[in-house]
Amino acid sequence: MKKIPAKKRRPAKTSGSDFYRLRLYIAGQTPNSIAAIANLKTLCEESLKGRYRIEVVDLLEKPQLAKGDQIIAIPTLVRRLPPPVKSIIGNLSRTDRVLVGLDLRPAR
Amino acid sequence: MSRTKPSVVRPQLAKALTGIQGLDQVTGGGLPRGRVTLLCGSAGCGKSLFAMEFLVHGAVRYGEPGVYMDFEETEKKLAANVASLGFNLPLLARRKKLLVDYVSAERHQIAETGDYNLEGLFIRLGQAVKAIKAKRVVLDSIESLFTGMADSILLRSELGRLFRWLEDRELTAVVTGEAGDHTLTRHGLEEYIADCVISLDHRVTEQIATRRLRIVKYRGTFHGTDEYPFLIDSEGISVVPLTALALTHTVTTERVSTGIPALDGMMGGKGFYRGSSVLVSGTAGTGKSSLAAAFAGAACARGEECLYFAFEESPPQILRNMRSVGIDLERWTRKRLLQFHAMRPTSTGLEGHLSAIRMLIEKARPRVVIVDPITNLVSTSGTYDVKSMLMRLIDYLKVEQITSMFTNLSSAGDPQELTTAAVSSLMDTWIVLRDDHAGDKHTRELYVLKSRGMAHSRERRELIVGAKGIELAMVSGGTALA
Repeated sequence: MKKIPAKKRRPAKTSGSDFYRLRLYIAGQTPNSIAAIANLKTLCEESLKGRYRIEVVDLLEKPQLAKGDQIIAIPTLVRRLPPPVKSIIGNLSRTDRVLVGLDLRPAR
Repeated sequence: MSRTKPSVVRPQLAKALTGIQGLDQVTGGGLPRGRVTLLCGSAGCGKSLFAMEFLVHGAVRYGEPGVYMDFEETEKKLAANVASLGFNLPLLARRKKLLVDYVSAERHQIAETGDYNLEGLFIRLGQAVKAIKAKRVVLDSIESLFTGMADSILLRSELGRLFRWLEDRELTAVVTGEAGDHTLTRHGLEEYIADCVISLDHRVTEQIATRRLRIVKYRGTFHGTDEYPFLIDSEGISVVPLTALALTHTVTTERVSTGIPALDGMMGGKGFYRGSSVLVSGTAGTGKSSLAAAFAGAACARGEECLYFAFEESPPQILRNMRSVGIDLERWTRKRLLQFHAMRPTSTGLEGHLSAIRMLIEKARPRVVIVDPITNLVSTSGTYDVKSMLMRLIDYLKVEQITSMFTNLSSAGDPQELTTAAVSSLMDTWIVLRDDHAGDKHTRELYVLKSRGMAHSRERRELIVGAKGIELAMVSGGTALA
């Protein structure tokens, strides 16, 4: 089964300090995974329109990728760009926390 | 057609050998196979080493590859730590016998944003197990997840699921956990482990560190609730088993010479029983070491190997002193029949010390062992500890049919001092030496206080240690002849 990268290569731009490369790790089409994908899409469109790229990795298909990003929990979102690399776990339903986690909003 | 089975048939619990010295004996064959064992204890008590030995021995000796999931140290650090024990993790990894996976769960890099589970960990573990066809798994220390993740209720249920996952795959697993204040582990992992729980402890009393292992729970297996001392040295962990042998060792009627013809004479003309334990006690300068040397020399003269543990004097000093009383031990050391081991008991603690003795004995496989003196062991610990430790050592020696002699320094004016009394009950033969000041004459006396299973002389003899060796003489004006 092929996973569809949600928003692929929206602008031609692929790097830069304000460009976000995000990778979402899931394990099969569980309700939590589906929710996470949906939540992430909405959030990116609202806050990062035109400067993000999402890659969804299903560990049931590529289990060998779990080690590289130190994946323990599912779902996990990894911000690969901009540096530093950050990990956010959960289904991304708490938007406020996701924004803080992605440095899009300062922590209180 | 199936036959009716007699109702006494008990399913034998399958076990997986750990290869850890002594542990497989006290557990009756190792850890429960295909089950999860919890290994708990405070920091620095030896959990990781225990777990690593379980994996390495499994991979090397028993053909069972293993996965080490490490939540605390990186692979490189772990490899460096165990390299001193001769474990070559990179080599084992290349041969697909052992796989170390470092799992990092640091809170500062994780924000929680809604529901999640630990499926990622399951996938990684599954991947690692599949890669080397693992039969054994170590999770060290899975409790680290609790510091990395906030939702402890979710974590606990996921850990429960993880343990079932391991058992479903028939993996023999060791899970470590830090000791809590009033619980075995900080996060109550013991609630999820039904089959086997082992607790390690590292105590310091009177500046002597001792390590102990306790089998808290082992379903379906008879186990003692005793604490077993264990030692960590260059060869890893070794547990000193309490003898569950229950005095069933075979006894022999074979006799061995004491090395002193007159003393043999006092012991029915034949000397000690082979495999028996002999205590020689006496005040300073009464000739205890000479008696031990004579006995060692006699063993070597029969072509038997002898291990001599010297806790007070250095081997050259012993050799020189014995030469002066006509006992030439040097020729036996040259022929490698006699081996000396000199050490200071206080440096490792009593348990460590007796474990070390035991390991040396296991390696050398001598017929005769001399411990000169045990007093130094006694001084490092309480009487009770000494007794239980000596009991284990003596039982072990008996099973191996090794004849042993222990000297003990008793202080003058205190003939029935506690330590002698405590250990003497373990000994088959007790020879007492003492100074005698009859008038202006100063002599040494020897008598056999007890010797189990033989008719022995109960008379006092004068002990004469001269340039030509040891002789016994009738005590002048003494009671009788023998």
